[in-house]
Amino acid sequence: MGFPEEVLEHVFSFITSHTDRNVVSLVCKSWYEIERWCRRRIFVGNCYAVSPAMMIRRFPEVRSVELKGKPHFADFNLVPDGWGGYFYPWICEMARAYPWLEEIKLKRMVVTDDNLELISKSFKNFKVLVLSSCEGFSTHGLAAIAANCRNLRELDLRESEVEDLSGHWLSHFPDSCTSLQSLNMSCLSSEVSFSALQRLIARSPNLKTLRLNRAVPLEKLSTLLRRAPQLVELGTGAYSAEIRPDVYANLTEAFSRCKEVKGLSGFWDVLPSYLPAIYSVCSRLTSLNLSYATIQSPDVTKIITQCPNLQSLSVLDYIEDTGLNALSLSCKDLRELRVFPSDPFVANANVSLTEQGLVAVSEGCSKLQSVLYFCRQMSNSALTTIAKNRPNLTCFRLCILEPRAPDYLTFEPLDVGFGAIVEHCKQLQRLSLSGLLTDRVFEYIGKWAKKLEMLSIAFAGDSDLGLHHVLSGCDSLRKLEIRDCPFGDKALLANVSKLETMRSLWMSSCSVSLGACKRLSQKMPRLNVEVIDEQGDLDSRPDNCHVEKLYIYRTVAGPRFDMPSFIRTMDQNPTYRS
Amino acid sequence: MDGGYSRIKEEIHPQLLDLIPNERNWFVKRDGDHNIEGSKSNHGNGDEKKLELRLGPPGVEDWSVSDAQKNFKSPQKAAQKRSAPSPVVGWPPIRSFRKNIASSSSKQAPVSDSQNGIVSNKLIQKEKMVGNCQKGFFVKINMNGVPIGRKVDLNAYDTYEKLSVAVDQLFRGLLAAQNDTSGGRINGNHEHEKPITGLLDGKGEYTLVYEDNEGDRMLVGDVPWHMFVSSVKRLRVIKSTEISNISRLGSKQEKIKV
Repeated sequence: MGFPEEVLEHVFSFITSHTDRNVVSLVCKSWYEIERWCRRRIFVGNCYAVSPAMMIRRFPEVRSVELKGKPHFADFNLVPDGWGGYFYPWICEMARAYPWLEEIKLKRMVVTDDNLELISKSFKNFKVLVLSSCEGFSTHGLAAIAANCRNLRELDLRESEVEDLSGHWLSHFPDSCTSLQSLNMSCLSSEVSFSALQRLIARSPNLKTLRLNRAVPLEKLSTLLRRAPQLVELGTGAYSAEIRPDVYANLTEAFSRCKEVKGLSGFWDVLPSYLPAIYSVCSRLTSLNLSYATIQSPDVTKIITQCPNLQSLSVLDYIEDTGLNALSLSCKDLRELRVFPSDPFVANANVSLTEQGLVAVSEGCSKLQSVLYFCRQMSNSALTTIAKNRPNLTCFRLCILEPRAPDYLTFEPLDVGFGAIVEHCKQLQRLSLSGLLTDRVFEYIGKWAKKLEMLSIAFAGDSDLGLHHVLSGCDSLRKLEIRDCPFGDKALLANVSKLETMRSLWMSSCSVSLGACKRLSQKMPRLNVEVIDEQGDLDSRPDNCHVEKLYIYRTVAGPRFDMPSFIRTMDQNPTYRS
Repeated sequence: MDGGYSRIKEEIHPQLLDLIPNERNWFVKRDGDHNIEGSKSNHGNGDEKKLELRLGPPGVEDWSVSDAQKNFKSPQKAAQKRSAPSPVVGWPPIRSFRKNIASSSSKQAPVSDSQNGIVSNKLIQKEKMVGNCQKGFFVKINMNGVPIGRKVDLNAYDTYEKLSVAVDQLFRGLLAAQNDTSGGRINGNHEHEKPITGLLDGKGEYTLVYEDNEGDRMLVGDVPWHMFVSSVKRLRVIKSTEISNISRLGSKQEKIKV
């Protein structure tokens, strides 16, 4: 341990993984000190697990902060509006403490226009702003970012809910701004000022990623592309226009000049006649997102068979089994497949997408690691085949649209099928279950899924035993989300110490009682046990009453203070209660 | 006088209101009663009208036609489909913006983007299926040096190659007859008939061109088949030597006119 601080600091600078840095800081007091002074990047997986002041006290020289807010189920409207996840306390502290902050990445947080303005004015060398599934701000806030962040490299608004007041925010980028490398505004609804966009692109020689919104018409895409032939990732706007050979010719020509393109997305309102325009770049594509393209199987197939280097594909179920079959034959490098439902609320499929399509891909694509698959039927034999074909799966999310659907061939539960997945896929980190499932499947999961980090469960299980298997068996589990399962107090109280090793547990429409929540909170002072109840007054409820929604997470910051009236935290000390 | 005036008013008003339904009927009927339409004084007009229906962004009338046909076909099935299991909040686990995409494509009503007049593709395809596939899509075709025009059903083909074979079949005999100066030939004598080849690549004696919806003359084969079918108004087979300034797609950004 005779190394001078500077040497250790230099050595540590090569350690980029957050977990490795955390381990380094636990070696001894001096390593802890050195490490905290040279930590440049921070990741906080739950914005209520630590306070901004604590982060700043320990890590004074941070350049990049990544924060996550709401629970994942917020994506599906299970978290009421006003739940929290406010960026305000963080930006207030960071604005004071981190003048050299360069990057902010937020997920599922509430960000206001004022917050954005504060960002734009507080950091002299601010470069990267990623707002993923965030809400609460408008294009006015974006205008402030554009106007004031002179060295902005990346502005990514992926899947955020932006109040779209005006398309003129884009014209606030000053003429001197030439640093832009990535711009994602696909979530915006209104038309942006096209001349401003065109000028911005023209003066951004390093622009590599451009994701337009639906309001950018296809007629104008070729103009933009001609100014940015260096693009690597392109998200188109609406991909339809009045049928005009000149538009087609211009587009074809513009695409053929884009020699660097590796990813394509967008494709709203696709008119298939215009699709051949992208054929010239297909052979280079590694990622393709057609999940907004309502085009039929033959059109999808025609594209993907020209993409031999595809690694990631998102599509609607219009691709059908035949298209997935073609995929398995032509895209041997595929790692990630996402198939979304075109008509999720209709029981009978008007497309022929079954378990067979996924089986075919699992057979043909030996590098497949990650699957998100919405379908209407599944069988244990198909799941077993998939598991045996692809033991390298790390993410397997299967959604059979109808809750509690059994194996459609045998009418058995799908326990054995999902059991095969966890048994064969030793590296599985993320799993989403659906279909008819008994406690048996959780026995398999607890026994085999030792690397599993995130598990989503819906409409499954018979008793507390199911949850007990998971909590006692899945050693690496960090996030567990459960809805509409008969899991209750026993399993929860028997595994209280497990909860402290996890980032969070969500349970809604389960069988957990209010009394159990109180006991849990008393036993584990480092857990925030938050009961969400929109029906009325929790304080008057008896302890044996089942809670509507429950969110439990570990924290070193204590109970939070920004809770709306429909959330009660089960404080260990009753005197905290208002 | 007053009474008469008001009566006229009464008569006019209902007529104005009925205009759209009348128009609808007219369009629907015409599909079935093609012959009647054709026998009217303006010969080609019926076909031209039909073409106009399918050019550019589909108009309201088209939707009413396809909607009507759709409903006539399977009203029960549609009702059945809607009676899916009662919705559960947050299930299936899909982001709300995906739900919108899904519902806009599943609805049979026209969804047009207010800003761009874009119509969802599914509808265009639906419209095409109803409008195109079930009946023929005839366009006129003429050949230089052949006084008799023909019609060709573009729905019978799906590639340019098949179309060029069809054009050869349509005109081979006629052309041979025209070139045969001896006269008095009997139909069915194919000895002197030469196949018409090279229609698409400019290598043959003749080249196939078309007039598009804007009245411009274009080379057949330069745009995807889909697009050709959507914009073609009439076809013509001309001497390849007559084509000046041929420029193929890709080399020019302007619309390629012949």
